Amino acid sequence: MILDFIIGILSAGIPLAAPLLLAGLGEMFNQRAGVFNLGVEGIMLMGAFVGFLVVLTVGSPVLGLLAAILVGAIMGLIMAVVTVKFKAQQGISGIGLFMLGWGLSGTLFRVYVGGITSIEGIKSFSFPLLGKIPIIGEIFFQNNILVYLTFMLVPISWYVLNKTAWGLKVRAVGTNPQAADTLGIKVDRIRFQCIILGSMMAGLAGAYLTIAQTHIFADNITAGRGFIAVALVYFGRWKPVGIMWGTLLFSLAHAMQRSIQVYGINFPYEIAVIIPYLLVIVVLALSYKSQQLGPVALGKPFNRGSRE
Amino acid sequence: MSEIIRKLEMRKITKKFPGVLACNNIDIHLKSGEILALLGENGAGKTTLMNVLFGLYQPEHGEIFINDKKVIINSPSTAFKYGIGMVHQHFMLVPNLTVVENVALGLIGKRIFKLNLNEARSKILEVSKLYGLSVHPDAYIWQLSVGEQQRVELIKVLCLGANLLILDEPTAALTPQETDELIILLKKMAENDRSIIFISHKLNEVKAVSNRVCVLRNGSLVYEGKTKEHSVAALAEKMAGREISMPTLKEKSKATTPILEIKNVFAKGNKGTMALDDFSLTVNKGEIVGIAGVSGNGQKELADVINGISHIESGKILLHNKEITNQSPQKIINKGMGYIPEDRIHEGTISSFSVKENIIMKDYNKTPLSKSLFLQNKVIEDYSLELIKNYNIKCPNNKTSCGSLSGGNVQKVILARELSRKPEMLIASYPIRGLDIGAAEYVHEQLLEARKENVGVLLISEELDELLDICDRIAVIYEGKILDILDRDIATKSKLGLLMAGIKDEKKVI
Amino acid sequence: MKKKLYNETIYRLLIIAIAIFSALFVGAILLLIAKTNPLKAYHIMFTEPLSGKFGLTEILVRAAPLMLVGLGIAIAFRSGIINIGGEGQIMIGAIFGTFIALSFPDLPTYILLPFIFIASFIGGAIWGGIAGWMKAYLSVNEILSTIMLNYIAFQVYMFLIRGPMIDPKEVSYGTGVPQTALLSKNAWLARIVPASRLHAGIIIAVILAICVYIFLWKTTIGYKLRAAGAEAKAAKYIGVNVKNYLVLAMLLSGGFAGMAGAIEVCGVHHRGLESISAGYGFSGIVVALFGGLHPLGIIPASAVFGLLIVGADMMQRSITVPASIILAIQGLIILAIVSSQIFFSNIAIKEKIMTKLKLMKPGDKDDS
Repeated sequence: MILDFIIGILSAGIPLAAPLLLAGLGEMFNQRAGVFNLGVEGIMLMGAFVGFLVVLTVGSPVLGLLAAILVGAIMGLIMAVVTVKFKAQQGISGIGLFMLGWGLSGTLFRVYVGGITSIEGIKSFSFPLLGKIPIIGEIFFQNNILVYLTFMLVPISWYVLNKTAWGLKVRAVGTNPQAADTLGIKVDRIRFQCIILGSMMAGLAGAYLTIAQTHIFADNITAGRGFIAVALVYFGRWKPVGIMWGTLLFSLAHAMQRSIQVYGINFPYEIAVIIPYLLVIVVLALSYKSQQLGPVALGKPFNRGSRE
Repeated sequence: MSEIIRKLEMRKITKKFPGVLACNNIDIHLKSGEILALLGENGAGKTTLMNVLFGLYQPEHGEIFINDKKVIINSPSTAFKYGIGMVHQHFMLVPNLTVVENVALGLIGKRIFKLNLNEARSKILEVSKLYGLSVHPDAYIWQLSVGEQQRVELIKVLCLGANLLILDEPTAALTPQETDELIILLKKMAENDRSIIFISHKLNEVKAVSNRVCVLRNGSLVYEGKTKEHSVAALAEKMAGREISMPTLKEKSKATTPILEIKNVFAKGNKGTMALDDFSLTVNKGEIVGIAGVSGNGQKELADVINGISHIESGKILLHNKEITNQSPQKIINKGMGYIPEDRIHEGTISSFSVKENIIMKDYNKTPLSKSLFLQNKVIEDYSLELIKNYNIKCPNNKTSCGSLSGGNVQKVILARELSRKPEMLIASYPIRGLDIGAAEYVHEQLLEARKENVGVLLISEELDELLDICDRIAVIYEGKILDILDRDIATKSKLGLLMAGIKDEKKVI
Repeated sequence: MKKKLYNETIYRLLIIAIAIFSALFVGAILLLIAKTNPLKAYHIMFTEPLSGKFGLTEILVRAAPLMLVGLGIAIAFRSGIINIGGEGQIMIGAIFGTFIALSFPDLPTYILLPFIFIASFIGGAIWGGIAGWMKAYLSVNEILSTIMLNYIAFQVYMFLIRGPMIDPKEVSYGTGVPQTALLSKNAWLARIVPASRLHAGIIIAVILAICVYIFLWKTTIGYKLRAAGAEAKAAKYIGVNVKNYLVLAMLLSGGFAGMAGAIEVCGVHHRGLESISAGYGFSGIVVALFGGLHPLGIIPASAVFGLLIVGADMMQRSITVPASIILAIQGLIILAIVSSQIFFSNIAIKEKIMTKLKLMKPGDKDDS
């Protein structure tokens, strides 16, 4: 019984981590380049809806995911133009983008779909042999393909950030953009790239929710996951592995809260749902010291032409 | 590696900023192996001109020629391509990257994937060997001292292939010894056929290092000639455009009544180390006491603890025999303390507030400016207009935001506010830094006026001329301690310079 | 001098007009995607509400809570905090007020209503204050914390109106609609236009807006609050406890949103129900920005967005485009307004454009 309970939490928790991790890694690229993108929630909602709609009409999950990435890129482009080109205040811009994504996804859902409809989407599969290993197989080898791809992005992101020329530029741009500028690095261009890359990942994260996790779309389906992903970037101290641990901690807490309900433990539903949000606040409060280690130029638009 | 720059010419360079003509039709030229000093007051256009050469700014008019070929430099990377490198006043290093990574950043260019740190490392070793500049390639920048960071900047610029170096106020944060070492290094580079443009307003250094000097004033080139043909005083006159008559102290102070007493104070700085380490000093009524020292030796902390902005670990601070140790800033202000902070934009004023609101910053909660929580607009209006007139603050009206005023006028707003409150004691931190000579003169006159009215003044500065001009006594701070206090009649630049470097016993050096 | 000020105003209006036009233009594209004729949609949205008593009164019904939330957000903004938690603060304020109204149904109106408003203010203030305290003392990003507090408030609110505070009638009839019992008439705000929903709340909101103006610009506390937001270092030096003022700003900000909850409960619904906030927490951000973060600007701004919201409802009814499109359009307006700031703050750009438009001679010094 206890073992089943734990296996249940672990096997449910890992796939729940995937969308948070995707969005979190995307936000990490934004923030490492010095841009605080709070629009992730709105981008995820658009990705979730567009992905869902494509699968519903065309039937192809791959096309659905690609469409979500594309819509993420478009939303990212808007964010980049506003915050990098027009140097607008980043926090409030993100809220604007969130409202845009929320309102638009809800509207289009009502226009094009109307009511609750479910799609086939992507199903989990069991690895031959590996999936049959007791316990371990159940936890690690019976997920959908996106879960594996997402977790592979952790070392890839680390490599890109720390071992490539582009990654070095990103780190410089987020910490001392003036210095990067004097070395001929196009600060605004790198920021554009990072915002768009991050937003594509956020779009994909949204599509994961509809295509691979719930198989439906509903208004505001992300329920704050985009914002949670942003908070987890602070918690993970802007490092891919740290963000991964954060998302796992989070999704396991989430899975546990669900299991408690499933196992019929008497607990008001609303109070259980609060837990993840409370956890974010606790996490933010605990990670405040680490903010000194973060990208120093975070949130500050870069402006060369102004006279010092 | 680019072709060596045998000859550089900037012809008729004009650069405008909103409301300011920063460079007006400037011609300068330079050949290899030459050290050119670019001399001028703050705001004369030196840095702007060099930022044009380095591709950070695009001029409205003018052309640049290298080896008689016209070139267009529209970005720093183009500048590097032509062999021009610049060491900025504020170091352009990324603190959370290592030395190697900082250098590699300039070498990777448009590359996306391949990051070859070994290439950067071997270049660093090559350059550091050539000039005897030792540096640890894998150290993080934040681990290095200011002097070491500057060395890294130089190495970085050299690794990127610069054979014309622009140095913008390179000695601002260096100790006198480090300055001497730098001068030797620059001469060595010039011998290696590199050319150097040295921006400074410190005349002694210019005299020591340069072959030729160009003097800028208000955006125009006003003089060009060989350095050795002019005395320091003559250069100063050219820089200011008139004979400089900074106000100086005439009569000796007879002050004996202590107003500010600092006794055995220990205080921690930002990094957690003891920034003030058994610091003691007394300032008397009607006397100006200078604090000389290389910045970062505890001056900031000293000003902070006196004004109650940060707390001390142990010791005592008395204002007019009353204890003010670790009291709140407001209590200290109310006991008669005035303060001209180092950071006049963020600490001395609120930029987005109007001049009027800045003038009442310290007394907004006192009658008659306010009555039981309500600001008295009529009184404030009259009061602010009176001060604007008395202190000659140039602003369109009293509702103009303080942030849009020039540095000199911002400082006048602060002076007006502080002095009109009739303080007993005034702390002035770097009060003329970044001001043009006219404004500086005004500030000094006001400080001397305050002294006449029996105010005790503590003047913190790095400029020895400023201290020698108006101080009764000059105390030298070194690593958080007063190393020595010299009366004005025996204080000389050389004595102070040695003390600032931490050397108390002259005989040991000689 | 006068001429210059005049040109300055033209420039300002021009930039704002361009920003709004761009937002509406992109909004038109979105409407096209939503299979709607944008011209028709905008026509209904902007003119229909103005064409009759119903529309006009409804605009003001919406403007009242918008104004209060917008005022709160402006207070926070002026002290350097971005309060996105209006939604949650409204709900907590509403439930506090409802609780008082249901507990003391027999108190006379002139005692009960102030009592309800104070309770709602306290409820919202607590909710905002939590975020303010965490920002000041734990450096927790206030945008994230207020958003999380929105989700938490929603669940707490739903728990209460589904469980402990549910209307006993819903239980006995077995319908189970999550809402509280109807408040006694003593707790209702008076209707000021007969046969409409327009209630005295709009008057309260306007009075409070003027109070906020006086508070921020004419009192020493307001002075300190703005100083703390504008330049923390300088404020600290003149004896402002910056951290406490951050908390104070969030207490006030949350309190105003809380009172918006009371206005909805006492003025419109007369009970606590699920859709009590109707997105006012987010729309309030747009109102505050559109009103230039100034109380006297927020009064007209709240009417403008009241119009948009009523217009969107009418649009939904007549041409069946979902009213949620208004949320997207508001998002676009936020993006447009924050993007336009560079045309005011960057003097180089400003001079270039003004010179091109012949609003300014080249070489004129800008000293505004």
